[in-house]
Amino acid sequence: MTDRFFLREAAEPVLPAPRTTVGAAGWLRTNLFFSGWGALVTVIAVALAVAIFLPLVDWAIIQAHWTGETRAACLDAEGKKAFGACWAFIEVRFSTLMYGFYPVDERWRVNLFAGLTLAALVLPSLLSGLGRIWGTRFLALAVLFPLGWLLLHGGVLGLPMVETSKWGGLMLTLIIAGSGMVCSFPLGILLALGRRSELPVIRTASIVFIEVVRGVPLVTVLFMASVMLPLFLPNGVTIDKLMRAIVGVSLFTAAYVAEVMRGGLQAIPKGQYEAAQAIGLSYWRQMRLVILPQAMRIVIPGILNTYIGLLKDTTLVAVIGLVDLIGIIAAATADPAWLGFATEGYVFVGLLFWVLCYGMSRYGLRLEYTLAKATRR
Amino acid sequence: MSNPIVEMAGIHKWYGDFHVLKNLNLVVDPGEKIVVCGPSGSGKSTAIRVINRLEEHQRGTLKVDGVTVDETLKDIDGFRARIGMVFQQFNLFPHMTVMENCTFAPMWLKGLSQAEAEARAIALLERVRIADQAMKFPGQLSGGQQQRAAIARALCMEPMLLLFDEPTSALDPEMVREVLDVMVELAASGITMICVTHEMGFARQVADRIVFMDQGEIVEISPPDVFFSQPRSARAATFLAQLVRS
Repeated sequence: MTDRFFLREAAEPVLPAPRTTVGAAGWLRTNLFFSGWGALVTVIAVALAVAIFLPLVDWAIIQAHWTGETRAACLDAEGKKAFGACWAFIEVRFSTLMYGFYPVDERWRVNLFAGLTLAALVLPSLLSGLGRIWGTRFLALAVLFPLGWLLLHGGVLGLPMVETSKWGGLMLTLIIAGSGMVCSFPLGILLALGRRSELPVIRTASIVFIEVVRGVPLVTVLFMASVMLPLFLPNGVTIDKLMRAIVGVSLFTAAYVAEVMRGGLQAIPKGQYEAAQAIGLSYWRQMRLVILPQAMRIVIPGILNTYIGLLKDTTLVAVIGLVDLIGIIAAATADPAWLGFATEGYVFVGLLFWVLCYGMSRYGLRLEYTLAKATRR
Repeated sequence: MSNPIVEMAGIHKWYGDFHVLKNLNLVVDPGEKIVVCGPSGSGKSTAIRVINRLEEHQRGTLKVDGVTVDETLKDIDGFRARIGMVFQQFNLFPHMTVMENCTFAPMWLKGLSQAEAEARAIALLERVRIADQAMKFPGQLSGGQQQRAAIARALCMEPMLLLFDEPTSALDPEMVREVLDVMVELAASGITMICVTHEMGFARQVADRIVFMDQGEIVEISPPDVFFSQPRSARAATFLAQLVRS
């Protein structure tokens, strides 16, 4: 019988947590074979995975043709297309897939720009673990991209001019996506702030922009930028086609960034705005020093989501005649010397996109982790 | 007699059709400690938030340190910078350390160098007895420590007037004392304070005058000894009786 009153005399001992699972066998039992049905589902799932995975490995690796200069490398004894992926096709077309028709002698410029961009993204995380990382990176990119344009386009400082119509492949994809990200970010923030503004004109303008742009497909925006914009420009004034595509993509993405940002701004408690106001900060300083730094870390996953979408959406520039990765594959498979190897091309491009998107995803997680560590919350 | 710090004359405010502040009249002299109390929903928080214009009044005149506060006030940010405010929910900036919370406004708004701002912050953090927590983030501190940090943050701007909006209402009971102790010390330093609070012990000890509000109006302004022993209004008597019972 328990006493109704109690006074402790000695401290309760601290016990280790109970072990419900022991070792690998325990793990298997709790996770995969926890019941008859569980075991059945596990067996079926494994069988399905093997049935799909093995032929894929067989096609992509074991029976694949890795080298060769022409399609003959991938034909069987009877001159028909052999089973197994023809990676020789990708190998032959590799440099075009990367650089498009950028002159071979000038490709060091592309490599230099890529190296600088990578450094701008990676160096800040090595140099400091502070919360201002986002700003540093963004600033570096904002300076780098106009300079990069000069470097790649040339026509200054003795660099031979390379028309943007010669840019293509992965390089073009990354330039459009990268510029789109760098431009849409500040624009999206301004739109998000505008949508919450107390001034009716600014608020209405922001809402109209966001809702109109979000309401139409990117293809339409690209068409507008490519076909209709020149009609409204005065005679003799032309804007580079690639530039128009970048502007289109940036405006399109900005509308999405704005809505993601708005979510972040709404998540900041009202007290933060009031404290920032009460201490005497002007509106812009309230935003810059207090609100945005907090909103930013909330929206990292959302912004990243938008940017991954943007990267993949750049494939739509093919419709206005820019030759991105997809464009190069389309052109290459139309080449009579390589008829019938579209599968390999699209698988390769798909894989490339996956690597890029997954890389972005990891980079975003890394940013979140660094920022969380900086405030140790 | 020097000029009053706050002069409220016939202040009215509405939220839509709802009349939240009704004809408030109050003059606060430099160095005075005013405690505003009253049942919840009586408009006390709104009343002190009108003083630094976190809320706008719609009728009446408000002067703070001789400056007329209304929509014609040009430098509203500069005006607010001279009034310190401490909130119920602390509202420290969670992405900055306690030190940064205290230094960033003086650096941005008063042009202090980092060294100057940090020296000032350390002195004030010592005064509120959390100098050892300066490098921590607000999320790592207890409620009482956060509120004391918030008081230090307000003091770093060297305000001419301190507003407290129920500074201990969000605290766990065992932390109320440490915050009130700091506020009592602060009161002794001579700064002008207007404090919305339910801490009647604090009011009795510190206040020069108690302002009792109910249903958006000021019902009674009395010295603490009068207010607590023989409130002149029936409503204040009822309010005090309820406090005692709970």
